Amino acid sequence: MKKLNRGVAVVGTGMSKFGSFPEKTTRDLFVEAYQDMSAAVDKGFDRDDVEAVYIGNYSSDLFEGQGHTAPIMADWVGLAPRAATRIEDACASSGVALRQGILAIASGAYDMVLVGGIEKMSNLPIAGVTDALATAGDVLFEIPAGFTFPGFYAAIATAYMHRYGASADALLRVGIKNHENGKLNPKAQFQARIADLMAGRIAKAQQKGLPVPDWQTEMDFLHDDGANPFIAWPLRLFDCSPVTDGASAVLLVGEELAKRFTDDPLYVIGSGQASDAAALHDRTELTSLHAAQLAAQQAYDMAGVRADDIKIAEVHDCFTIAEIIATEDLGFFAPGTGHEAAEEGLTARHGPKPINTSGGLKSKGHPVGASGAAQVVEVWKQMRGAAGERQVDRDVDLALTHNVGGTGQTAVVHIYERR
Amino acid sequence: MTDQAITDRPFTAASFQAYLNEGRLMGSRNRETGEVFVPPRPIDPQTHSADMEWVELSGRGTLAAFTSVYIGTTAMIDAGFDRTKPYVAGIVELAEGPRISAQLVGVDGKQPDIAWIGRPVRASFMERGEGDKRRSYLAFEMAA
Repeated sequence: MKKLNRGVAVVGTGMSKFGSFPEKTTRDLFVEAYQDMSAAVDKGFDRDDVEAVYIGNYSSDLFEGQGHTAPIMADWVGLAPRAATRIEDACASSGVALRQGILAIASGAYDMVLVGGIEKMSNLPIAGVTDALATAGDVLFEIPAGFTFPGFYAAIATAYMHRYGASADALLRVGIKNHENGKLNPKAQFQARIADLMAGRIAKAQQKGLPVPDWQTEMDFLHDDGANPFIAWPLRLFDCSPVTDGASAVLLVGEELAKRFTDDPLYVIGSGQASDAAALHDRTELTSLHAAQLAAQQAYDMAGVRADDIKIAEVHDCFTIAEIIATEDLGFFAPGTGHEAAEEGLTARHGPKPINTSGGLKSKGHPVGASGAAQVVEVWKQMRGAAGERQVDRDVDLALTHNVGGTGQTAVVHIYERR
Repeated sequence: MTDQAITDRPFTAASFQAYLNEGRLMGSRNRETGEVFVPPRPIDPQTHSADMEWVELSGRGTLAAFTSVYIGTTAMIDAGFDRTKPYVAGIVELAEGPRISAQLVGVDGKQPDIAWIGRPVRASFMERGEGDKRRSYLAFEMAA
């Protein structure tokens, strides 16, 4: 069993508002996240004590035409000449950046590290975003077949539905639940329940004198091919995380230093990471992500805790099916039963296993390279009782984050403890 | 089937494509274990053996997973697909063992059915693109 040679603590977290911001670049978003993080460090910190910067960024190259982004982010928050390193593992980029920051402190090389995540996706038209995200798949042997990112997860969904008899409605339930949480998150891209969006459409139709849709329930709305079109069957628009601009920041220190910065730090007690075959078709199973299972096992073993001990988790719901499979890969529910758990409300904010209280990638938004570190922002708030209206109704002494790159070529899992 | 011209080719993506252009689905086979890799691999990632030979696949298999894509890649949009004309992309488990991704043709993307999973399919080859970009693509169609 692997252990860190030195404990590591989180003493501050922050994020920009997530959304579509034509007037902002990644630099602006990262400055916003850094300032939000700085304000969250209870006793403050001296910027000169930050020794290194790890930035998760999938592809500013494709999205903004800007490479070499880590030194730019360090410069923009006044941290040059500190070592600045970019981590690229697709949508797991800043989850892996977090792990690199943890390992750097655990090694003794640094005492204080800034971890960040950035992505600015909305500059490109939708076809450009589709092509950019597709490069996280295998461009030699998958993309020529016509696969897109929604398409990959849609194929996973068909394999899952065929094997376990899951319904497309179980997937839609994940979206409904995550929007209910996102409504209560001021940083979320969509601060609205599906019911709110439905009511808005009805009001708009009435206002414009157009035919008024006869949706009675959220499911009526979600089954409407006009309101909720297929992106990649069986996945519809509301099964997919949005195109998002955003940034995130996490401040890490050696465990023995943590109380200098806050009386209430989070201790990183488990960390795991794994990889898997380049192409989805080469995976042993199409209905689970093996890398996520391995990363979770490493993290559980390091932490000395079990899945049942985890009070809340932020998981990588890039698509609704991904959340269902994540809850199985993490051991919260048995393989093939995650869809039933979703339908029964077990993962709701006040259910027995709250998942994605932030709104998840679906409602909070998914600026791909920023999402992993942004997950830490939510566990920071929930574990310290500072999540406001969306605060869960129990003590959160153990929480988990699960961040996936691509279709599961990369997975990284962290476990946090409040002592 | 195993003439010199075949056995001389390196186990690369370029060779795989050259075979597709000839209407052949080819992979590499570990001479020691018989394990087949499609597209070809120069070394067996499990045993690390580099003792490989070319093998032609039957092109028969079953559909393991699929999707009907409404918002496609630029290449597929250029090929004439859009929201009103979705295409089907699938993962096929070949009779020889390995799986591969390819477009599923001859089916209606607007009438997808989970029951397609497990159905027998057979390889077909198609050409797409203009000028220098014109090349052969692997596709599959329902076998029954």
